[in-house]
Amino acid sequence: MTIGLTHYLAVAAILFTLGVFGIFLNRKNVIVILMSIELMLLAVNINFVAFSSFMHDLAGQVFSMFILTVAAAEAAIGLAILVVFFRNRGTIAVEDISTMKG
Amino acid sequence: MMPVFSWASLSPALPELFLVMLGMVMVLAGLSQSEGAARSLCRVAIGGFALALMMLLGVNWDSAPVMNGMFVMDHFAGFMKLLILLGLMAAVALSVRYLEQEEIDRFEYPILIVFAGLGMMLMVSAHNLLAMYVGLELQSLSLYVLAAFRRNHSKSSEAGMKYFVLGALASGMLLFGASLVYGYTGALGFDAISHALAGGKAGAGLVIGLVFLLVGLAFKVSAVPFHMWTPDVYEGAPTSVTALFAIVPKIAAMGLLMRLLTEPFGSIMPEWQQVVWVLSLASMAVGAFAGLVQNNIKRLLAYSSIGNMGYALVGVAAGTASGMGAVILYLAIYMIMAAGTFGIVLSMRRGGRAYEDIEDLSGLSRTNPLMAWTLAFLMFSMSGIPPLAGFFGKLFIFQAAIASQFYVLAVLGVLCSVVAAYYYLRVIKVMFFDDPLDALDSDLGFSLRAVVFLSIAFVLFFIFSPDTLVETSRNAAAALFAG
Repeated sequence: MTIGLTHYLAVAAILFTLGVFGIFLNRKNVIVILMSIELMLLAVNINFVAFSSFMHDLAGQVFSMFILTVAAAEAAIGLAILVVFFRNRGTIAVEDISTMKG
Repeated sequence: MMPVFSWASLSPALPELFLVMLGMVMVLAGLSQSEGAARSLCRVAIGGFALALMMLLGVNWDSAPVMNGMFVMDHFAGFMKLLILLGLMAAVALSVRYLEQEEIDRFEYPILIVFAGLGMMLMVSAHNLLAMYVGLELQSLSLYVLAAFRRNHSKSSEAGMKYFVLGALASGMLLFGASLVYGYTGALGFDAISHALAGGKAGAGLVIGLVFLLVGLAFKVSAVPFHMWTPDVYEGAPTSVTALFAIVPKIAAMGLLMRLLTEPFGSIMPEWQQVVWVLSLASMAVGAFAGLVQNNIKRLLAYSSIGNMGYALVGVAAGTASGMGAVILYLAIYMIMAAGTFGIVLSMRRGGRAYEDIEDLSGLSRTNPLMAWTLAFLMFSMSGIPPLAGFFGKLFIFQAAIASQFYVLAVLGVLCSVVAAYYYLRVIKVMFFDDPLDALDSDLGFSLRAVVFLSIAFVLFFIFSPDTLVETSRNAAAALFAG
């Protein structure tokens, strides 16, 4: 069996779905959400690199470098907000992020 | 052949380049100054936005794309940037006094606003999926931090957390869509994508990509069903940040959405029109009905902004130049009304403490009649009662929808706006007919008074010379359909 574009796309789609479900179904703690976000972004990277390599067009790989960089910044900010949240509330459980409702 | 680089070719991006430099200089200035840095840097930020505004008016609005088509400057981008810069100036002007009263006057605040503003200006000028993503993230990352800015307050950090998680999810969706669009058209540039789609036939992969892009942007403009973050973030964030959220980022996100839908995806309009139709109707309905039960005024204004984005999306769904022109006009009017309303919300203080419930406005007409009448006119305008400015915004939107034969959407939209009028009028009823509470603090800053005054003057007197703004927004929209 040769591995073609569709295989890469299928892997990326599965990883992306796992990431989305990780955000919504996870009831434990916020670190898992940060990991899920990272998983989504990396799934997108697989997509970009696969397309880029199959179309012999470098733009997709350049895009994935940008995504990696922005993902690092995003993780830094997410963790910083998480630390602030933990200092105020003493917990990072997902069900505790719910003082505001309606 | 490699294009030859020349500095002059960068000139249409002059306002952005200036804001980059300003932001970096402000970081250094903030670090080297210890006392009162926030106040002086806020002034620097307002001055910087004003300078950027002058540069924006100085550059040529019909010029060619910059940086190999990554960035484009046309009448649409020019007018949206004008609105964004004015909104940013208003937002900073509203914040200065509030930051000191709440003891969150740290120098990072104006710097983050400058970088967020830079991101927004890049968004409306983006002409490539990569530039779009970078602009969007620059804006979002700054805004996440701003939402959590009151860091010793649990509601504010919770707002930041929610905004971050849902915003990051939205960015992920947007990127997944961008990757599919790239895969199925082989291009990232808006021109190249529209060239690849010129036949008007779109495959399933491309449509899925487009839907993901739309979902990502719907999060950013807080269209239902992707609005979950809005009420919580509006309530939890410091009020001056909420004012910023209500005034500017939606203009940028809406601008990006309009450019994306008309330029690269203009030839497959029927594919996205139905999605926008649903988003728009759902936003109007949720904005109208969920707002009825709110007691916190910031939450109420969150639902009001959801509803207002729904009306703006009606014009986008129409998909015509007149529809887009109506959207731009609507956004401009909404921005000005929101600035005035938040000016009043920021002055709801008694004995140095901020109050946020609608009941706290009880009997305001007797303790502070001027403020009560101002807010009353702003609320009348928001609910679309003629002859105030808000009425004309809605009028042009629904005219465009009728012209494109979206009769159902237009009728339901008008009905939703009748329902929404209830909660705007409720604020007026509380102010004029309930028993008065103690008077609100009267030491409002000059800048806040100035913003509220300009806003109410616009709302009241727009009817006397609407032509300039209407014409400018028509021209801006025409630029979207020119290429």
